[in-house]
Amino acid sequence: MLEHKLITKHIGNIDPLSIDDYVGVGGYAMFKKALGMTRLDIHDAFEASKLRGRGGAGFPVAIKLMAMAKETRKPKYVICNADEGEPGNFKDRYLMENNPHQIIEGMLIAAYATGSSHGYLYIRGEYAQSMATMQQAIEAARQAGYLGSNILNSRFDFDLEIRSGAGSYVCGEEFALLESIEGKAGRTRVKPPFPTAKGLFNQPTLINNVETLATFPVIIAMGGEAYAKIGTPTSTGTKLISLSGNVRKKGVYEVPFGVSMRKIIEELGGGVGAGRKIQMIQLGGACGPIIPEYMLDMVIDFERFEEFESKTGAGAIIVIDDRHDMFAILEQVSEFFTHESCGKCTPCREGNVHMRNVLRRFVNKTATEQDLLMLENQARVIHQTSLCGLGQTAPTAIISTLHYFRFDYLNRIEDSMQEVA
Amino acid sequence: MELTAVLQAYPKEQTYLLEILLKYQASKPTHHLEEDELTAIADHLGLPASHVFSVVSFYSFFSMTPRGRYILQFCRDVPCHISDTFSVRETLETLLGIKTGETTEDGVFTLEYSSCLGACDLAPVLRVNDTLYHHLTVDKIKAILAEIRSGSDA
Ligand SMILES: Cc1cc2nc3c(=O)[nH]c(=O)nc-3n(C[C@H](O)[C@H](O)[C@H](O)COP(=O)(O)O)c2cc1C
Ligand code: SF4
Repeated sequence: MLEHKLITKHIGNIDPLSIDDYVGVGGYAMFKKALGMTRLDIHDAFEASKLRGRGGAGFPVAIKLMAMAKETRKPKYVICNADEGEPGNFKDRYLMENNPHQIIEGMLIAAYATGSSHGYLYIRGEYAQSMATMQQAIEAARQAGYLGSNILNSRFDFDLEIRSGAGSYVCGEEFALLESIEGKAGRTRVKPPFPTAKGLFNQPTLINNVETLATFPVIIAMGGEAYAKIGTPTSTGTKLISLSGNVRKKGVYEVPFGVSMRKIIEELGGGVGAGRKIQMIQLGGACGPIIPEYMLDMVIDFERFEEFESKTGAGAIIVIDDRHDMFAILEQVSEFFTHESCGKCTPCREGNVHMRNVLRRFVNKTATEQDLLMLENQARVIHQTSLCGLGQTAPTAIISTLHYFRFDYLNRIEDSMQEVA
Repeated sequence: MELTAVLQAYPKEQTYLLEILLKYQASKPTHHLEEDELTAIADHLGLPASHVFSVVSFYSFFSMTPRGRYILQFCRDVPCHISDTFSVRETLETLLGIKTGETTEDGVFTLEYSSCLGACDLAPVLRVNDTLYHHLTVDKIKAILAEIRSGSDA
């Protein structure tokens, strides 16, 4: 079996809105188990698990937990990042709408391990259904005594509230997210300090992705060592893949790290439509690289992702078949970043507009060799000089296609010259 | 809903600014915020009015011009774009007789772009206020519009 269901195990077998169903399959027992462990034991379990963040960047969870534990200032906060604005990603929505209590349990474990008393779930404004489901689950958890003060007579207090985004992709970036919860425009901060030192309201704050937090109960349940045996030595455990585009069976699939993209597309996604061929895929979302069909035997793991210098780790695979013009796709990607740039720094604010305009010339077959050189240069500058991850990764798709599909650029320039002649 | 009712539903703290703006805007049939309302919100929270204006202009969910009772948002990002066998945008523009960004004369519909709606497995999709419609076809779009029209005129 290609799929390995650890965090999605109960999905489909429980009513997401029934806390009894969740408790019936062992829910909240891992939080109770954590309450009986010392904070050091919990930390050791996460260190042994080698769990890395699932929001894109793949930062080791244990390091953040340790940084939080060292902070003595109170209050401390736990934030679940459910902004999921990266095009092609929908796994966090899937988790929230199908097993909300597991996310709450993960946040409880995180809060207990870090000594945090208050939590926020920052959900993108587009996810009305996720918000309604999570809200009901939070109320049920409060009723059942899992949230509030002196939880289960443990003298541990923790409560949780939902905050809505308002249609801004950059608010998924952790500092922009903090600003947004504070009631400000979502413009990033200069770092360091990092959120674990100076986060929400300048207090110590742990920020993790939905999928990362949903994994917390699993690690407490099976122990860090056992978890680390799944996947590859450096990318342990399982990953949710959001599979979309031109495949027969789009959806969310949980696979161990180390399986190839081809297997995911062919065996889980059922391949592309009859008579079609895969032309390329975009990995991770709009911020990710576009890579050719012949590279599909590449496996899913953080080390491969890192080669692309982008936060590909969120796990989207967008399959693009041979009907589509690559330049139209790149223009769309560029349009997205032009629209979502927060405008704080010049390379990102101006550069994305320029890149989109150049790409339009490739789409319209009016591009010149000069355009190619300009695009290459701009992409590099924006990648290197932008302040936050949005600008740094906005040119990834372009940079990757300049590398893997260089002939297509040259051919299009030649076509353009013929159109003129 | 009255603005004062919304303000009273939240603690008087800056951190609730977005929640207040979202909640109040959603309660208005015109889905927009007016200058004097923003000033009132700023006063209530003890913030400079300029702060509230800058927040409203930053987030794409907010509008300072009146919009329709139903806001239709279609996605234009790659997963939806390559799943289209027809153009959702053109279909909507033709059926409604407006361009993206405009509101129909009867004030029922506003047509907008949205960044990815996070439902790429159901593409192509359309969000109407808080409801998501998926696996769109031309006929389905016609039916959605007709259903809203008949409901909203009743
Ligand atoms: C432009 C931008 C958008 C981001 N959007 C998200 C998002 O929607 N969800 C998310 O979990 N992380 C997002 N991130 C990553 C966060 O900054 C942060 O690394 C993450 O929430 C940490 O959680 P993790 O360690 O569990 O992955 C984004 C980063 C950037 C630069
Ligand atoms: S890189 Fe773009 S999104 Fe990030 S701070 Fe600069 S302008 Fe804003």
